[in-house]
Amino acid sequence: MKRTHFRNKILPYLLIAPQLAITIVFFLWPAGEAVLQSFQQEDAFGLKTSWVGLANYSDLFSDPVYIQSLEVTVVFTIAVTAAALIVALLLALAVDRAVKSGPAYTTLLVWPYAVAPAVVGVLWWFLFNPTIGILPYLLSLVGYHWNHALNGTDAMILVVIASAWPQVSYNFLFFVAGLQSIPASMREAAAIDGAGPVKRFFTITLPLLSPTTFFLTVVNFVYAMFATFPVIHATTKGGPAGSTDILVFKVYNDGFIGLNLGSSAAQSVVLLVIVIALTVIQFRFVERRVQY
Amino acid sequence: MVEKRPFLNFLAHAVLVLGVLIVAFPIYVAFIASTHGPTDFLSGLIPLTPGDNMVNTYGKMMTDGMASAGMPPLSLQMFNSLIMALTIAIGKIAISIISAYAIVYFRFPFRGLAFWLIFITLMLPVEVRILPTYHVVASLGMLDTYAGLTIPLIASATATFLFRQVFLTIPDELMEAARIDGAGPLKFFWDILLPMSRNNIAALFVILFIYGWNQYLWPLLVTTDPSHYTIVMGIKRMADVVDSQPQWNYIMATAILAMLPPVLVVILMQKLFVKGLIETEK
Repeated sequence: MKRTHFRNKILPYLLIAPQLAITIVFFLWPAGEAVLQSFQQEDAFGLKTSWVGLANYSDLFSDPVYIQSLEVTVVFTIAVTAAALIVALLLALAVDRAVKSGPAYTTLLVWPYAVAPAVVGVLWWFLFNPTIGILPYLLSLVGYHWNHALNGTDAMILVVIASAWPQVSYNFLFFVAGLQSIPASMREAAAIDGAGPVKRFFTITLPLLSPTTFFLTVVNFVYAMFATFPVIHATTKGGPAGSTDILVFKVYNDGFIGLNLGSSAAQSVVLLVIVIALTVIQFRFVERRVQY
Repeated sequence: MVEKRPFLNFLAHAVLVLGVLIVAFPIYVAFIASTHGPTDFLSGLIPLTPGDNMVNTYGKMMTDGMASAGMPPLSLQMFNSLIMALTIAIGKIAISIISAYAIVYFRFPFRGLAFWLIFITLMLPVEVRILPTYHVVASLGMLDTYAGLTIPLIASATATFLFRQVFLTIPDELMEAARIDGAGPLKFFWDILLPMSRNNIAALFVILFIYGWNQYLWPLLVTTDPSHYTIVMGIKRMADVVDSQPQWNYIMATAILAMLPPVLVVILMQKLFVKGLIETEK
């Protein structure tokens, strides 16, 4: 808070107007519309809308397809987060150890962050292509017949790898920063007391990294739940048989392709509640996390 | 380093080399694929050594695109992506820096409310309000326009918070001195605040350029006219050609060109990129 302020009656409103105008027109209005529509239903011809209370929601949660989508989202989110965090932590630990050549490796490891998720999806879709892809060929040598167009597990593995790949770079940068903020004296003291590298990792490094890890977990959850739409859309389109149909993709599919307004709006509101919860967690509990 | 452990050092380098290879592998395969002619993919396996069709493939994609799939030339799509990325990055920075200035340096009724309204946008990613936002944009007649592609994405709580933080760390004395010297609010903003936040603006620009370039869902919704396709969304339309096998060499050339600008930005401006990334997540 500033001690003194400019005295001007109109200027501050002019300054803040563009931001507020866009916020109201393109954020609040549509969000409000989604909430309203989630309590309404249109007849088959879109001529009449009527209020139906919570019917859209109760339909949603009694729909086995939606429940499946929820389960798929949970599995997908946890898998992407775990994979991206563990790989990133391994790489960060290695960079922390390779002091001199660390920056060179860092450059070679961060750029996937800049590759659009849609492009990443297309790349892995190509690598895993059942007829000409190199990975199915290698898998067939060990006797596994990969086909993500037919096998739900294969499809899930494909989208998890493609989604985690660019996120590793992001997590890696934050883990490196977190590791650098751990005082060397602590590790030295532990080493003098006879703790080996493994013991030091679990008793010193990991606990001191926990704020970074917690913060990254929340960010990765948000990423996996919302930002991975392009990966799904560019590869499996939720298939086969809904095995990679995450919530965000389902909203798009039901609303934009299937034109089921009431249900799509109710799904939007469910997602909205999830985002709000994650944002609150991020701002309430992730306050004092990393020292840069 | 705490102690000498040659084996651990070796392990660290091994992990890093492996990591770099895994990260680079998809790009390598994509690039190799883009240098081959279409018939090279009929043999049953992706080729792993460069072909001789590179100039041909890229030349055709840049100038003609894929007419059969209704795809305009990539040069046009890259131009659209560039417009989109620049408008989003500059627009977000411009409207965020002035609203942060208003919030920090002025006292006015509804200041708190305005701050909260901006904060709420954090909780409303486009993915959760796809259909209603599309309706709003459609009813404003903004489909298939650059304005429709960019303006709805320009509001930014993160950028506003970042500039608010920056302004709060600037000593009050500067503003008092400026006022004593007779500088008005706009002069103070232009001559003192803006130059002082130059570094933050640059870092933010790098992040937002990547964000804008990589947009997928939004262009997918608001563009139906091929002349407004961006390259990141266009790549998928191309891969969807139903009646034939996807033309891998062209698709991979598109993928390479789609990722080249943002990747170059990250590699060439790595310091700013890291700064921007860490600042915007605070």
